[in-house]
Amino acid sequence: MHIPDGFLDAKTWVATTVVGAGALSYSLKKVREEFNERLIPVMGVLAAFIFAAQMINFPIAGGTSGHLLGATLATVLLGPWCSGLIISTVLIIQCLFFNDGGLTALGANILNMAFIGSLVAYGVYKLVSGKSRFEQAAIFLAAWSSVIAAALVATVELALSGTVPFHVALAAMLSWHFLIGIGEGLITVVVVSYVRGVGLKPTWQQKKA
Amino acid sequence: MNTKKTVLILLLSALVVAALLSPFASSSPDGLERVAEDQGFLDKGDEQVLSSPIPDYLFPGIQNEKAATSAAGVIGTMLTFGAVYVLGRIVTVRKAKAETKLQSTSK
Repeated sequence: MHIPDGFLDAKTWVATTVVGAGALSYSLKKVREEFNERLIPVMGVLAAFIFAAQMINFPIAGGTSGHLLGATLATVLLGPWCSGLIISTVLIIQCLFFNDGGLTALGANILNMAFIGSLVAYGVYKLVSGKSRFEQAAIFLAAWSSVIAAALVATVELALSGTVPFHVALAAMLSWHFLIGIGEGLITVVVVSYVRGVGLKPTWQQKKA
Repeated sequence: MNTKKTVLILLLSALVVAALLSPFASSSPDGLERVAEDQGFLDKGDEQVLSSPIPDYLFPGIQNEKAATSAAGVIGTMLTFGAVYVLGRIVTVRKAKAETKLQSTSK
């Protein structure tokens, strides 16, 4: 879902860069407040894992593919602000070193995938996971919703830029990402149980409880 | 199980995914690219602002495309781990300094 250069007009990319940078600095502040030094390698390894997983495009239908976003994965394990920070770092590296996502669209990509993705994931996860037997359903739904939300915001940005009319892009974006979101949900459920299985505990939840 | 061991297992898993699975990823357009293609605005994305050292996840100079993708994956995975690790260190050092300052002013 990485927006390249040229899809967003100047007012939209400037505005999303400002908002994206604001979200990034707020997340740095939040992470610093709650910081636990022992979490540094955990954050690093989750970011590395998400980078690697984002390279694995999986086919969905009709010659289209999707790849993991990872916002729910990081949010369930480390909380939404830490997740936002991790995904932003992944996006910055993808943009600077691999030409994935444009430099002018970096703010928009950070906003959509790192922050909208993580905050929506957090909201849905909190809402559904109240009872432990719904844990996996909560993770799946959170992951699916994070993809849909990011796609929706990207559609708004494209429409504001005059690149494509909103009503034209909406159905197309949502239908492809409906399927990509299912992939996101399945991968996230499997990876979260794997990560917990090798001994990683969701520290932020223990602290809050 | 201690955290160090867990982190090591996860880093190795990430490297295995990047090195061994990435060459077999689907090369079909992703959701946004597909929409851009269908709605006829894909060519707007041709003007890129920055040139990257490893464009399109292909490490330059490696003829075999699968090997080039694999190399790009391993480098990117390590780079990401390193970047977040350094960022985390900077944040903690700053926090430690701020706390020391706070203690010394409260005396």
